[in-house]
Parts: sequence; C-alpha cells; structure tokens
Amino acid sequence: MKIPYPVFLKRAEDYPKWLPAATSVAAVLLAFIISGIILKATGANPIKVYSYFIKASFGSWGAFSDVIVKAIPLMLIGLGCSLAFRMRLWNIGAEGQFFVGAFLATAVVMVPLVDLDTTPRWAVLSLMAALGMLGGAIYAFIAGYLKAKLNINEIIITLMLNYIAVLWNNYWIFGKWSESGFQMTKVFPKNAWLPRLADLAGKFPFFSGMTVHAGIFFALAAAIIVYLIIYRSKWGYKITLIGDNPRAARYAGINITANTILVFMISGALAGLAGMTEVSGVVHRLQERISTSYGFSGVIVAWLAKLNPFAVIVVSILFGALLVASREIQPSGLSFLIQGITLFLVISSDVLLKYEIKWVRPAQETA
Amino acid sequence: MNWIEIFRSGLSTGTVLLIAAIGEILTERSGVQNLGVEGMMLVGAMAGFKVAFQTGNVWLGLLAAIVAGGLLSLAHALVTIHFQADQTVSGLSLTFLGTGLALVLGEGLTGQTGPIVPRATIPLLSKIPYLGPIAFTNHNLLVYFGYLLVPITWYFIHKTKPGLHLRAVGENPAAADTLGVNIYRTRYLYTFIGGCFAGLAGAAISVAIAPGWYSNLTVNGQGWIAVALVIFAHWDPWRAALGGYLFGVLRRFSLDLQGPRMLFGIANPFFFNTNLVFFLQMAPYILTIIALIWGSSSARKKRIGAPAALGNPYQRGERGL
Amino acid sequence: MTIPEEKNTIPAVEMQDIVLRFPGVLANDHVNFTMYPGEIHALLGENGAGKSTLMNVLTGLYKPQSGEVRIHGKLVNFNSPKDAIANGIGMVHQHFMLVENQTVTENILIGLDNPRFALNLKRYDKQVSDLAEQFGIHIDPTAKIWQLSVGEQQRVEILKILYRGANILIMDEPTAVLAPQEADELIATLKGMAAQGKSIAFISHKLNEVKQVADKLTVLRRGRVTAERMDLQNFTRESLASLMVGREVIFNLHKCDQAAGPEVLRLEDVSALNNKNLPALRNVDLELHEGEILGIAGVAGNGQSELVETITGLRPCSGRIWLEGRDIANRPPSFSISQGLAHIPEDRIGVGSAPNLSLTSNIIMKRFDQKPVSQKWQLNYMAADKLAGGLKTEYDIQAPSVQTQARKLSGGNLQKLILARELSSTPRMVVAMQPTRGLDVGAIESVQQLLLNQRAQGTAILLVSEDLDELLSLSDRIAVMYEGQIVGTVCTGEFDINQIGLMMTGTSLGDLPAKTSGVGTSNERAVSDFDGVLEQLHHQDQAAQADQTHQAERFPGSVMLDEDQTQAAPEEIPSPLEGSELNVSEKERVLRKVLGQNYKQGDEE
Repeated sequence: MKIPYPVFLKRAEDYPKWLPAATSVAAVLLAFIISGIILKATGANPIKVYSYFIKASFGSWGAFSDVIVKAIPLMLIGLGCSLAFRMRLWNIGAEGQFFVGAFLATAVVMVPLVDLDTTPRWAVLSLMAALGMLGGAIYAFIAGYLKAKLNINEIIITLMLNYIAVLWNNYWIFGKWSESGFQMTKVFPKNAWLPRLADLAGKFPFFSGMTVHAGIFFALAAAIIVYLIIYRSKWGYKITLIGDNPRAARYAGINITANTILVFMISGALAGLAGMTEVSGVVHRLQERISTSYGFSGVIVAWLAKLNPFAVIVVSILFGALLVASREIQPSGLSFLIQGITLFLVISSDVLLKYEIKWVRPAQETA
Repeated sequence: MNWIEIFRSGLSTGTVLLIAAIGEILTERSGVQNLGVEGMMLVGAMAGFKVAFQTGNVWLGLLAAIVAGGLLSLAHALVTIHFQADQTVSGLSLTFLGTGLALVLGEGLTGQTGPIVPRATIPLLSKIPYLGPIAFTNHNLLVYFGYLLVPITWYFIHKTKPGLHLRAVGENPAAADTLGVNIYRTRYLYTFIGGCFAGLAGAAISVAIAPGWYSNLTVNGQGWIAVALVIFAHWDPWRAALGGYLFGVLRRFSLDLQGPRMLFGIANPFFFNTNLVFFLQMAPYILTIIALIWGSSSARKKRIGAPAALGNPYQRGERGL
Repeated sequence: MTIPEEKNTIPAVEMQDIVLRFPGVLANDHVNFTMYPGEIHALLGENGAGKSTLMNVLTGLYKPQSGEVRIHGKLVNFNSPKDAIANGIGMVHQHFMLVENQTVTENILIGLDNPRFALNLKRYDKQVSDLAEQFGIHIDPTAKIWQLSVGEQQRVEILKILYRGANILIMDEPTAVLAPQEADELIATLKGMAAQGKSIAFISHKLNEVKQVADKLTVLRRGRVTAERMDLQNFTRESLASLMVGREVIFNLHKCDQAAGPEVLRLEDVSALNNKNLPALRNVDLELHEGEILGIAGVAGNGQSELVETITGLRPCSGRIWLEGRDIANRPPSFSISQGLAHIPEDRIGVGSAPNLSLTSNIIMKRFDQKPVSQKWQLNYMAADKLAGGLKTEYDIQAPSVQTQARKLSGGNLQKLILARELSSTPRMVVAMQPTRGLDVGAIESVQQLLLNQRAQGTAILLVSEDLDELLSLSDRIAVMYEGQIVGTVCTGEFDINQIGLMMTGTSLGDLPAKTSGVGTSNERAVSDFDGVLEQLHHQDQAAQADQTHQAERFPGSVMLDEDQTQAAPEEIPSPLEGSELNVSEKERVLRKVLGQNYKQGDEE
C-alpha cells in the first residue's frame, strides 16, 4: 500500500497483553470527550451533563440497581453476539430476536399456555424462559440458514427481521392482546413475575424499591456457559477456528454449515431470553417499547469487550449506566452518539494492535 | 384504490431509495461496501432539515445534507481503505455514529415545519395520457432529478473514461493498478460520492417527500433497503430505479389496502381489522428479504455478480519469483 | 535466424549487475541481461530462479539495490511501472491482468490520458483493430474478455502494451496457458513483431518452444546467471534441460529397491473441473503403495492442485478414489481424515493454519476429538499443550512457546508445524503439495528427511512438487502431469531428468527419444557445458559472499506494507556462516544428499 507519506506500518511482533483492554478504555474515554465537544456545540453544558450521568447511575444504591436492570439484557445479548462474532457471523438481529422471545414468553400468560392459577411460579417462569429462548433461536435460524446455504448477507436479513418482529408484536399488542384499548397487554399475574430484590423488602428494608430481578442469574449463568463453551469446550475450539480461517476449518474437516446455523440459533436464544426477562422482570407485560435499542447496544458491548464473556458483563454495566442516565437528559440521542463514537474508535484502534507505525526515510524503502 | 395516487406516491418514495442506491452503486462498483447508508441518510435528513429550517433556504439545506453525508463516509473510507479494517463492521459503526449524530444535533427539531423543495409540473410531458399525471405532474423537483440521475449515472459508468476506471478498480484492481490507475484515490472518491448521495437521499425525505424531522423514524430502515436494493439491482442504475419505484408502489399499495370495504369482490380484511395494518407495514422488509434471496440465486446463474473486488482491501504487489 | 551484428548496434536493453534482495532471499545476484532490437531472447530457469523478478525490475515494479539498467543506451532509473511504460517497455504477465466483463478496447484504454472523458468506443475500436492488423493479430475489439479464448486474451495483453508504444516486450511464460495450436500462433506473431524491430524477452519453461522461437538464451539458477546470451543453435533439448536444472544423469539412486507394499491409494478414471469450470483433470489413473513415495511432476497449473483437492475431499470429481478399499471420492474431508489420510497443503498460510491461533491450537486441528485432548465435551488444553510441546521439540519448531501465534512463525517453522500435525497422527497416507516451497535450505532438508522417515515407516506418500531435484531425490516413482493427464509414470532410476523434463513439457512417454546408456555421448556434451557453467558459478560465489554479510543486517524482519503475506515467502535470513553452504557447488550439495556420506569431492563420474 503506497501511503503518500513515508510511513511504514510494521507488523507488530507482539503487543502487550493489556493493549486490547487499554484501547477499549481509551476509546470510551475519547468518545465521551468528543461527545462533550459536540454537546458544547449544541449549546449544552457537557460538565453538567456528565456529572448528572454519574449521579444518576452511581449516586445511590437504587440508581445502581436500575443500572443493573438495564444491564441485564445487554449482558445476555452481548454474550450472544460475542459468540456469533467469534465466528464472524454478524448477528445484528438481536433486537428482533429479543422481541420474538418476549412475544413467546408473553404467550404463556396471554393464551394462556398453562393454568396460571395452579401452576407453581418456578414452572411458569421456566416455561417462559424456555419459550423465550426458543423464539429467539427460531427467529435467528432464518438468517443462519440463509447465510449458511445461500451465503446471503446476514446483516441485511437480520436487520429486516428486526423491523418485522416489532411490527408483529404490535399486531398483538394493539389487537387481540390489548388491554382495554391501550397499546399493551394486561399486567402479568404475580406468578409470571421474575422475583426481584424489592420482593424481599419485607425482611430487608434496604432492598425496597430495588428492581434488580432474577434475570441477573440468567445473565451470570450465561456468561459462565459462554465462557465454558469458548474457552473450554471442543465446540468452542471449532467456532474459533472457523472464525479465524474458514478455509483451514474446512480442510480440517469441520462442517461450517451446521455450525453457522447452530451458533446463530444460540445467539438468538440468548437475545430471546433477554426479551423474556424484560417482560417478566421489568415491565411485567408486553408493550410497544420494551427495548431501548438493546439489540444494537449489545453489538457494541460485545465489540468493546473484545468478545470476552466477563468483559461483556463489565461493559454492560457501563452501558447500562449510560442508558439509565440518558433517560432524563437532553439531548436524547446522546447515548447513541457516545456508543457510535466508541464503536468507531474501537475499530480504528484495532489498527494499532496489528501494526506499529514507523517513520522511515524513502531511501530505505526497498530494503 | 386510487391507482394514480399509488403510482405517484411510488415515484416519490422510490426516488429516495433510488438516490441512496445509486450512491451505493458507485461506491460498491469501486470495490468498497458501505453499510453505513442508514446513518448517512439520517445525518443528511437532519442536516438538510436543520439548515433549511434555520436559514429558510431549502437549497442550502440540500447542500448541507450532501456535505454531511460525504464527510461521514470519509470516516468509513479512512478506516477501511487506509487502516484496512473490516468493511462490514466499519459500516455498522457508521450507522450508529450517523444515527447518534443526527439525534443529538437534531434535538429540538421534531415536529417543526421547514421549507420544502418546490413542486413543479413539466409542461409538455404532463399532457401524456396516463403517464403524464403520474410521472410529470406536481412532483417535487427531486423526483425529476431522480429521473435524470438514472440515465446520467448509467452513461457515466459505461460510456466515459472515469466510469471505465471505476469499473476496472472494482473488478480487477491489480489490473488497473499496473496500468497506472490510483486505486486508493478512486475508492476514496467514490465512497465520498456515495455518501453525498446518501445524505441527499435523507434530505429528500425531510425536506421534500415526507417533510419534517422525526428522529430515527425519519428514515426508518430505508437506508438498509437501499443497500439491499443495490444487490437486487445487480449494481445497475436502471434496475435500481425500477426496484426503488416498485418498492414505493408496493408500500403505498399496502397502506392503501386498508381503505376500501370491498377488495376484489370480497370483504376487505384490512378494512375490518385495523390491526392488520402492521402486516402491511412489514411488506417492504419482507420484500427486501425476498429480493435478496431471489437476487442471490439468479446471480449465480448469470454471469452478473458483484464487482469482483468488492469488500477486499487492496494491497499492492504479489511477490512472484 | 540472422541477428544484427551485435558490435555495431546499441542494445535495446542492457541490465548490468542487478542485485535484488527481499527479506531472506537473494532473488537476483549480480545478474546481467542484454537484448538487441529485433531479437527474441529466451530467459530460462526453474521456479524461484529469479527470472520474473528480474523482469519486474525492468518493468519498474521493483527497484534493485544495485546495478544499472540502460534502455537504448540511456541510463534509466524507474520508480514505477509508469516510467517503464514511458520508455517503451511492456510486460505480458502469466496471469492476465484483464477486466473480464469489459471489452478488448476498454481494457486497452484503461489508464490512458486519451480519451479524456467521453468514451467514443467506435473510434478506438478502429484504432485497436488497425494496430492488430499491423502485427497480424486477429481479434474483435468489441468482444468482452470472458468471451475470448485464452490465446485471444493473451493477444489482448500484447495489444495493450503495443498500443502504449512498447518496443521492448516481456512475455512471462506465455505458452504455459495455451494449447499447442495457440502456442504456434503466438510464436508466429512474436516473430512478426521481432521482424518489425521489437525486442522480445521470452520467459519460459518449455524447452521445445524456446528452441523454436528464440534467437538467444540466458539461463538463471537460484538468482544467478548460469548461461548468458548463448546462441540457441548450439543446444539440443537435452542440453537445455540440463542447463536449467544443472544435473546430469548421475542419480540412479536405488529408490526402487524398497519393495513396494500393498496398494494404499488408487484413482480410477478421475476427472474434475477447475474453478473456471474448465476440465482440470482428465481420466486420471494412479496407484500408490505402502512405503512408497510417488512424485507428481509438472509445471504448475496442469491439474496438480485439483488432483490433490479431489483426493482430500475438497473438490467434487467423477470416478473413484480408493483409499484402502474405501471410496473417498466426493466425501467430505472429515471422512478421509478419519481413514488416515494426512494432507500437507500447498498454501500453508491460507489453508494449512489458523494465523491468529496458538501453536497448540494449530497442532490439534485434526485431533481435537481424540484423546487425550478430548474429554467428553471439553478440550483439555493442558494435555494439548503437552502434546504440542512434545511435537515442538521433536520437530524442532523454533518459536518462543506453544502459545505463540502461528502467523509469527517463519515459513520453515510453520511448515514443520504442519508436518508435525499431519505426520504425528501416524497416517496411512500423506498427500504433500509443494512442501518445501519458499523454505530455506535447512528447512528444506528437515522437511525432506521427515518425509523419508515416514516412507521408511511404511506410509504411502503422494508428493507434488515443482522442484525436480526434490522429486528425483525423494521419489520412488514419478508421474508426470500435463494438462490434466498423466503422460507417464516412471521409476526414478530408469530415466534421466532430461526425459522427465521433456515429459513435463508435453512429450508423452512413448514419444521420448531413447535413453542414452549411462554416461554416454550426449551426456558428455552436457557435462562439458555444465562444467563451463560451473566455472561461472564459482566466480559469482566469491562476489556474492562478500555482499551477503553486508546485506543481512539491514531491517531484519520488517515488512513492507505492500507485501502480500499470503504468499509463501522465505523469511529467515541465512547467517553468513550458513550462507557459505549455499555457495557450495550446487552439484556437490545434491550429490552429497543423494549419495549420502559416501560421497567425496571428485567422486563424480
């Protein structure tokens, strides 16, 4: 590549282990700074906005619990995406899979699929979780199949499916499942609520008002499972190999088609589970706005976490804070902006991991 | 069901898709895939509306939109051409970036009314029976611009020297390189141009076709449809126009389905159950998926395919001995 | 063929003392090359000899570290291909640089200043066809490239450079992709152009054609000129072959002694298409026995890759492929792997390894499902590391640790890694494709020794290589492939290299001239030429040695941005000490290898 100035990008022999994490952190900080500058340009006061951020997210235990609540779907989706991305499958359809999962989980209550009065709570919730995962998996299967068999760009397919899923949900919310004409279902019976810390407020008054729900266990369990899959299992090895060099994987006898579909389905299942936790643990009903773009933020989380499951947990909390804080500040698109800049910077900084920049005089060019 | 109205509306909405698609066709023909079209359209829509609103001059708004889209695409160009990052991820990040920028900078504009691109009727052509009232009467100027853009782009790509180079760079950059064509400059240029078009397409929505700024609902996925349209159109401007207009017609048709009580002699389900409208709204997205599936299998059969070098960063020099 | 009296004319091209070094390899070692107007000059040498590199210097793609280039007597300094083009130099590459879905005229017009904007194709079509007529080339300027035959496409490439005013044409292996009739047409065209005063450099492998078309000959071997501006009349095909490979008939090493065991692999009537849907394999029959190395000889592109791919399950085919009684044709790779087939791929970076994964991960690529690495659903990375560590030591893979990423290994070590992986699973059969390509001397010997060891253990080995030396020294039998067919299978001791070389260029087994008995007449001639050439070699040795020590230190390990890392590039820089081994007479080195320890200097017959 001939760059017009005499710069060599020398293939880096080795980069220090902390460099990937450092670039992610730097990207976030830089994104905040740049967004701050843009804020200033629109007349807002960045210092005020950012200090409000910190207060709104970490100022009190209650606030922090809100952050965790927002983080849970991000964790699940981020984990699913990290699995898919490892195989270079760009599942941008987490948003749609989330909605479908929420839908099927809601169906348990609305149809109803079981007798809600007599079935014990744990059974109802298990069924909802299972159906949530199933919904996400099936929805993701569509894209996975098309990609594996016809090599169709999965990004566009999953994105289109996102819009379709939202509209599908709307049909039910506005129609058959509508609660007295409002655009939402009735509130779920307590049997279908994921338990929350606030439920324990009787015994531990400290917990009153804390909306952190049992979904956190799903998320943590998923993190451990994803970790085991990727770093410990044979299947994870296959996934990593396919992602690194599909030609080598094929040469080694690995079935790329089957793995593509499977990974897509698992990624979708996690997103679907996130949908279930949102309707069961947070809003306790199916309504139009159940996602503050978790699907897209989840993608960014996975990338920022460099596909590491435990980093996903940490980054999710950070982004959860971002989402909580931006609920009430102007301008409303700020969190999107920060997220967008972050992702862009992370991608750009990847170049630093691959190359070191060296200035060399032209005379030495053909050495 | 007013067919005239449906076709007219199809031409309008189709123009937006068409402009964005043509921009992306130029970019992809040079070998760069830019998935950030949605973000660029949003930025263009916001910039166009904002500048038009604040200055009262809709043309300045359009100019701002073009510049905004172009600048954003330069970021994509830098990262993918120079840093050789993965084009897919970079395009995605630009979507987020563009969306974020548009939302933040567009704060406070929701619901405002701004100047609109004027409408016009073409004197002689509007007298043509059927076609006249549909295509040449009382459309805003951007629609007519779209009519002209298609043959001009086609001519440019196939009948001019720069077009020759554009095609060569996208098909066989090594060949063009050995003959002295600057691959990097070509790709930067057309990525920028594609971004400009995307910005213009966005502004076409906010100051012409569906005036107003409604945050991300303003574009609502049309950028992605445009990207799919490029594939479906086999990178040809005429096909892209056809596809775009077809899309517009189908979209309007599906919305209009709600109107009449009777449809083809039977009771119209969409009339009686208003909630079915959501399925109608799904139409563009489902159509896109179908178009992609159909497009990929037919591309296999013919020799028409993507520009051969699409998506591959160019590195000069194999060291053969 | 009369050539203008050299003393009185200024040469069209005069390259003197060209030195071009890439990291780790000296591609051109004080090379001289001179051409006069109206001359067709053949440049001969094996793969890797440095001919293409030298021509790339002439076309401005590479800048030599030292040496001078004069065009029509004027000293020039090319900084880019554009400079070369401006000086009337044009190259027709082996791999055409054509845009397939554009027309002939469009391809020719790319990069030119005229036309400025509008593409008035009709006018340029006429110009192109006029130009073509002038040189007796028949082509339809409005045809699209993909519609043209290979020969016609090549003519487009020629027209491209003629249109730009080229007086000096370089043809890189032009007949490699042509059918015999098309090759004849090309030769006629070239002669016509030479008659009009053009100078043509003709890089080739194909000795028949070289004799047919060229006036003068220069031979390169491993970066050095071994014969310069020789008159072609004085050479027979056999002597040409020996100049190219530098060998004589001394290699009747006993390889056929080891009784071949039972049959392991059999191909029956296997045919396959290549990626362009053209036939690549035609009715191939082959057998391979236990404890035997079957070498596949042939110029690249005659179906060897496709042969390997059909056997390893990476390409569909018709016919049957029996591996110890099981038909593995058209079965996925996992099947043949499970049946004990090991595959050392041609592309060690693009196919044979996962660049960003560790050594360990690469080693277990085909056995992560077996103990001790596999434990139910888990992968026991500790066991894997241990396994990798053991293999690392056993195969002497130089790397900081088993955690090192594969892409950081040098070519030789990466190849050893692949060998470790494939051979340690005690396969029944090994398919090795170009296993030593791009490696330095030490690595080559290691790899070859490993293959011989496998053979001794009874493994059947299919060895595909472009290096005739290697095939001769390792194989028991050699099958020669030409245009998708096996033109002959011979037992190494019974034939000499010249005859194998002839088969590689298309002569079938039945048509070969009779083998001369032992050290006979024609070989004497070959020997005398060879000794003369040897003299020159030794001279160049001294010069090169001094140069090497100086060059070795600069920028070790740095890589230019424009390097395509997927090519097998030698990366180790030989230390001065090692280098001295390089300078030992080629002949000696190979004889030593072949005859073993018994060889002493002066033992040659």
